[in-house]
Amino acid sequence: MNGRNEMTLSFSARSENEAFARVAVAAFVSQLDPTMDELNDLKTAISEAVTNAIIHGYDSDPSGMVTIEGVIEGDVVKLTVRDKGRGIEDLELARQPLYTSKPNMERSGMGFTIMENFMDGFDVCSEPGQGTSIAMTKRIESKKALFN
Amino acid sequence: MSLQVELEHYRDVLIVRLRGELDHHTADVVRFKMEEAILHGNSAHVILSLKDLLFMDSSGLGVILGRYKQLKAKGGKMVVCDVNQSVYRLFELSGLFKILPIHENERLALTSLEVVS
Repeated sequence: MNGRNEMTLSFSARSENEAFARVAVAAFVSQLDPTMDELNDLKTAISEAVTNAIIHGYDSDPSGMVTIEGVIEGDVVKLTVRDKGRGIEDLELARQPLYTSKPNMERSGMGFTIMENFMDGFDVCSEPGQGTSIAMTKRIESKKALFN
Repeated sequence: MSLQVELEHYRDVLIVRLRGELDHHTADVVRFKMEEAILHGNSAHVILSLKDLLFMDSSGLGVILGRYKQLKAKGGKMVVCDVNQSVYRLFELSGLFKILPIHENERLALTSLEVVS
């Protein structure tokens, strides 16, 4: 695809919207003709980011809003998930595999590890009391393979 | 969409079949149904059959790990079968496949449990 394509999506911090976010992002990225594996990686990563915003950012308070910004440029998709929730006190600790601040909720502590592994680029910015923003990029290879 | 949980008791094994998408929203249903069946059923072991599981994220890992611990405390075993590639990758990343034996299908999973019990 030539040029730049953008979208912004905002929704209530309700767990029902996790599936909605996955489907919406998959539909947006489908214009790049991703493989099933690439699509699954993106859906998993977006699910992790949105779930984090709902559970940790807003403590499951549905009055909070989660925003996803998607940008497609060339064969790269960039997804940014933002919340205006409580933020992350210790980012280093939060990014440790298997660490969770909510063990009683049966959280696996794998969210950040999965996002880092399933996407090509991953960056998280957080300010306690202000919110968190997670930016992720992925190159969709399938089209290239087709032309080669 | 969403998630369906099918439970079947076979001898002393509880077979749990998950259909659909397992995320934070649907994890509670899995937790409650399995918890109830493990606590009040007569099954010693659990087979988690994931053939029709179309999506799973880390919330799924959490609920599976939770049931594994619950079962282990009772002296039971949990095995997983029909794991697709993306779910396998999550098991691999989290190290869950080191504690949960993975089998190709329900029949082989059953055979493995009859050997150990």
